[in-house]
Amino acid sequence: MKLVIAVIKPHKLDPVREALTEIGVSGLTASEVKGFGRQKGHTEIYRGAEYTVAFLPKVKIELVIPDDLVERTMETIRQTAETGQIGDGKIFVLDVERAMRIRTGEIGEEAL
Amino acid sequence: MLCFAHIGAALTLSLLLPLPAFAQDALNSGDTAWIIAATALVLFMTLPGLALFYAGLVRSQAVLSVVMQCFAIACLSSILWLVAGYSLAFGDSIAGWVGGLDKAFFSGVTSDVLSGSIPEIVFAMFQMAFAVITPALIVGAYPERMKFSAVLWMSSLWLLLVYAPVCHWVWGGGWLSEMGVMDFAGGIVVHATAGVSAIVIAMMLGARRGFPEQVRPPHNPGMTATGAAMLWVGWYGFNGGSQLAADGGAGMAIATTHIAAATAAIAWMAIEWIKFGKPSLVGAVTGVIAGLATVTPASGFIGPMGGLILGFTAGIVCFYAVQIVKFSLKIDDSLDVFAVHGVGGIIGSLLVSVLALAVFGGGGLAEGQTVIGQLGVQALGVGVTLVWSAGFTFLILKVTGALTGGLRVTEEQEIEGLDIAFHGESGYDLGR
Repeated sequence: MKLVIAVIKPHKLDPVREALTEIGVSGLTASEVKGFGRQKGHTEIYRGAEYTVAFLPKVKIELVIPDDLVERTMETIRQTAETGQIGDGKIFVLDVERAMRIRTGEIGEEAL
Repeated sequence: MLCFAHIGAALTLSLLLPLPAFAQDALNSGDTAWIIAATALVLFMTLPGLALFYAGLVRSQAVLSVVMQCFAIACLSSILWLVAGYSLAFGDSIAGWVGGLDKAFFSGVTSDVLSGSIPEIVFAMFQMAFAVITPALIVGAYPERMKFSAVLWMSSLWLLLVYAPVCHWVWGGGWLSEMGVMDFAGGIVVHATAGVSAIVIAMMLGARRGFPEQVRPPHNPGMTATGAAMLWVGWYGFNGGSQLAADGGAGMAIATTHIAAATAAIAWMAIEWIKFGKPSLVGAVTGVIAGLATVTPASGFIGPMGGLILGFTAGIVCFYAVQIVKFSLKIDDSLDVFAVHGVGGIIGSLLVSVLALAVFGGGGLAEGQTVIGQLGVQALGVGVTLVWSAGFTFLILKVTGALTGGLRVTEEQEIEGLDIAFHGESGYDLGR
C-alpha cells in the first residue's frame, strides 16, 4: 500500500476527485492548507500599503491506494491538476505499513 | 447647529403663520419623532457599524478585541454622559469653556422639559449617541496592542476632558458658538478631536510589531464594507438629525451627506485604479467614510453641489493623508483615524466658509459675515481644538499609563492576539 500526498491548486480539487474516482480510487481526504514553493507569495495593496502574502492557499489531498494503482494515480493527478502555470503543486508517495477499517476490522488492502 | 436651526424655524414660522412668539417653544411631534429615530441611527453607527468597519481591518487574532472595545466604550460613555458628560457639555456655561454640573445625572432633564421643539431628554439621548461614537472612533489608532484597562481609563477621561468641553464650545453655548463657528454635525467636535488624539496616541503607544513592512493585511474586507455601509446609513441620522427638526433642512443635510460619500468613494477608487491598477473594496469604502466625515460640519449649510465638491476633495486629500502619515511620518495610526476623520473633519470645517455661499447652493453665511471672517473663526476653532485635544490626550495617556502599569500589552500578548490574551475568546475557530 502507498500513501499519496498531493498539494494542488484549490480549484482543481473537484476535477481531481472525479478523475481519481474513475480509475478506481475509493476515498481520499482533502484539507485546505497554506504554503509556498517556487510560486512564492503575492502582494496585496490596502489603502496604498503593500502587504506581502507569503503563504498561498492550496488544497492537500491524501489517499492510500494498492501498490498497482500508484502509477495511474500519479499520472491522473498530474494530468488533471496541471494548468501549466507556476504553482501547480507536487505529488509525494510514501510506503504504508498497515491499514484497518474501523467498522469491520478488515486489515491491509481489504480496508482501503 | 442649535442657533441656526432655531433661527430658521422661527423665521419660517413667523413668515407662514401669525403665531404668538412662544410658538417655537411648543413641542413638535414631527421633530421629536425624527430625532428619536435619528438617535437610533447614530447609535447604529457605532454598534455595530464602526465595530465591524474596524474589526475587518485588523488581523484575525484581534477581531473580537476591536468589537469589544467599541461595545465597552459605548456603554462606559453612556454612563459617563448621564453622570457628568451631558452637563459639562450643555450645562450652564462657566466662562464659555465648559458647562457646570447643574445637569449632572440628567438633573432637570425630565420628559416634559423642552429643548427647542423637542423634549430635552430626546436631545440629551441624541447627543449621547455622539458621545458614544467619538471616543470609539479613536479605537482605530491603537488596535492589537493597547491594554484593555488602559482603553477604558483613557476613553473615560477623554470623554470628560476633551469631548465634553469642545462640545460645549461649539454646541453648548460656549465661546466658539458665541463667535458664530459653523459646525453642523461635528467636524470639529467629533472628527477633529478624535483625529488629532488618534495621532498622539499612536505616537505615544508606538507602532504594531513589524510596522510598516511586516504588519498583516486586513483580515476581512467584506466585514469592513458591511460596517462602512452601516455607518453610511447611520450618518443620515448623524447629519440629518443635527438639524434638530424634521424639515427641509434635515432633508438637504441628508442629500449633501449622501452625495459627498458617493463622490469621495469614486475619487478614492479612481486614484487606486490609476496608481495601483486595481480599485479595491477597502479603498472604496474608506473613501465613503472620508466623504462622510468631511461633509459632516458643512452638511446643513451647503447644497448638493457643495457635497459634490467636498466629496471629491475628501477622496483625494484623505488618500494622500494616509500615505503621508503612515509612510512619510511613519506613524502607526493603524486604521487611519487622523488621515480619514481628522483631515476630513478639518477640511470640511474650513471649506464650509466658502461652500455655504449661495453661489454654491448653500444657505449663506450669517448676516454681515464675510468668507474671510468666517474662515478666520473656523480656523481658530479648529486650531484651538487641535491644541486642546492633543494636549489633554497627552496628559490623559500619562495618567492612564501610571494607573495601568503601562499602556502597552506584552510582546507575547501582541503576537498571540488580544482576543485570547485579554478576552479569552477567539473569533474564528471553525472546529467547533
